[in-house]
Amino acid sequence: MKLKQLLLTSAVGFGLSAGIAAADAHGTTITIATVNNGDMIRMQGLTEDFNAKHPDIKVEWVTLEENVLRQNLTTDISTGGGAYDVMTIGTYEVPIWANNGWLVSLNEGMADDFNKEDLLPAIAGGLTVDGELYASPFYGESSMVMYRTDLMEKAGLEMPDAPTWTFIREAAAAMTDRENDINGICVRGKAGWGENGAFLTAMANSFGARWFDEDWNAQFDSPEWAATLDFYLEMMNESGPAGAANNGFNENLTLFQQGKCGMWIDATVAASFVTGADSTVADKVGFALAPDNGLGKRGNWLWAWSLAIPSSSEKQDAAKTFISWATGPAYAELVAGNEGWANVPPGTRTSLYENADYLAAAPFAQMTLDSILAADPTNPTVKPVPYTGVQFVAIPEFAGIANQVGQQFSDALAGNQTAAQALANAQELTTEEMEAAGY
Amino acid sequence: MARAITTQKKVMWTALAWAFGLMMFFPILWTFLTSFKTEAAAISDPPVWLFFDWTFENYAAVQERSNYPKALMNSIIIAVGSTLLGILIAVPAAWAMAFVPGRKTKDILLWMLSTKMLPAVGVLYPLVLLAKWLGVMDSRILLIVVLMLINLPIIVWMLYTYFREIPGEILEAARMDGAGLRSEIIYVLTPMALPGIASTILLNIILAWNEAFWTILLTTVNAAPLTAFIASFSAPEGLFYAKLSAASMMAIAPILIMGWFSQKQLVRGLTFGAVK
Repeated sequence: MKLKQLLLTSAVGFGLSAGIAAADAHGTTITIATVNNGDMIRMQGLTEDFNAKHPDIKVEWVTLEENVLRQNLTTDISTGGGAYDVMTIGTYEVPIWANNGWLVSLNEGMADDFNKEDLLPAIAGGLTVDGELYASPFYGESSMVMYRTDLMEKAGLEMPDAPTWTFIREAAAAMTDRENDINGICVRGKAGWGENGAFLTAMANSFGARWFDEDWNAQFDSPEWAATLDFYLEMMNESGPAGAANNGFNENLTLFQQGKCGMWIDATVAASFVTGADSTVADKVGFALAPDNGLGKRGNWLWAWSLAIPSSSEKQDAAKTFISWATGPAYAELVAGNEGWANVPPGTRTSLYENADYLAAAPFAQMTLDSILAADPTNPTVKPVPYTGVQFVAIPEFAGIANQVGQQFSDALAGNQTAAQALANAQELTTEEMEAAGY
Repeated sequence: MARAITTQKKVMWTALAWAFGLMMFFPILWTFLTSFKTEAAAISDPPVWLFFDWTFENYAAVQERSNYPKALMNSIIIAVGSTLLGILIAVPAAWAMAFVPGRKTKDILLWMLSTKMLPAVGVLYPLVLLAKWLGVMDSRILLIVVLMLINLPIIVWMLYTYFREIPGEILEAARMDGAGLRSEIIYVLTPMALPGIASTILLNIILAWNEAFWTILLTTVNAAPLTAFIASFSAPEGLFYAKLSAASMMAIAPILIMGWFSQKQLVRGLTFGAVK
């Protein structure tokens, strides 16, 4: 206690002109941590509506870049910091944090019109642990093929609604026009568990590969992973853009919007960007389901940015009121009234996809829904696995391991090593990390 | 002939210095130009240089979304506060090491510097838990103390180097004239080492201003400085380069202006030492 007093006294002595920021005196001020994307920024702009309905609750926003936010939230929640009352977290974090007892269940205490049953089952399933919903989805996404209808026609091909990988590779080669700087296919090559890790894990699912067998043994030495990586590298070398090993979502979006990609397989949320005002090819874009290999699994992922309440929050009732507002059915109508139906956050509620106004305003709506419904986070691969998650493995060790594995794959794409070397390295490092973690 | 070679060399070195300077300045220039473009123009290929529709819409959007004055004020208080606190502690420390060195002075100096080699994340959790225990999370005083501790080795080292160039006889003379320790440091040592102290202050303000690990991780709403302000405009899914550039320009402008005005002092202090 003496040490604490000494430190406190010292802290006060160091006052200078700054002083200690006064703790918030209002019991109903909630702090919300969120990511910087169009839908979240739009929500901040609509806070006035929440304030009008709940004048007793004041909202403070902390907006951060995704990776910074993840680091910030993990530090806060694992130390019981209590700095945030509502957190924006992804499908990867929810089951892990819920199992650690870090999140508050949303089964009780939500507003009457919240209607939990209306949430899309595939999305809600990834946010539910032992029957308890631990986060409410703000927007959901899968991945799909976005393609240039004019280039497809020029190549004399027709994109099926549910293409195979073989068709995608052939179409990519046919659409590639190096002289005019058109690349048949653009996909993620940048290293990172949320970058090429997400794409290749989802792709591997459709090739029959898996990260681990039922006993948590790494499976990168399997023929299915070899087939996945060989196919990916060959397709990208034939028809991908130069420097693809550095391309993530934003880089490929830039290329596609500038008319330099025949096809782009990525997040469904990109559909509104490639058909938006900044796109030079907005009126020439078609959509199809992510490819498969005839094995019963498609190469699409499933993700949702969701709002959750840390158990360290002292304002859980106010936080539930806010989440009910931001992710409830009425929010869609609020956005539609202010900014049009096309700007309503997609992929969370069944009722949205039954709304004729939304279906008319968003030409990509049905494909987004079909892609989301095609993903199964509890049974993601052809063979049985001991984990959940489509493009990730819902264990705390995954992000660190997948970052390193992603680096190996990115190096192979850059031509620094062969596919076999990349897989051997991935197998070795994954085995080491998993053994060290006690699996 | 000798003169011609000298001139030729001079021209070559000047050109090289300009080329190097422009290369260093280019990212800032490009950020400045991008901040006045539309998002579509910001990603256009080939890139547009000067002939585009200049717009202030990014600055307006940044202003609308964020509380820039609050972040700016936090940055000023944290950077200046941590530097002044560091100087208060470092001047007596550097005086002791420069003028009354012990057997272990060199070791202590090296040990102080070695703390800079520790990865910051290594002390993240202890520091967060300590701050939580003291109830000072998300406060400016926490960042002032943390940034002071981080930069203290550099401040002590810089001051030690300047102080060592001051002849000890001058301080002895002051003592002979009856100056006490306090008077000796305040009235004799400090004025003589002023160029060095000034450049140390300037350099540490810049370091504290740009520090982005602790300032983001230890703040949320109240004490978040301009580093957190910039981080809020970075997006992995979505092209907001023009807005990010506008936010970056707003964040670096104050320190850039300060650097321009004080560059003479900064260069002099860094290159000539204390009493030359």
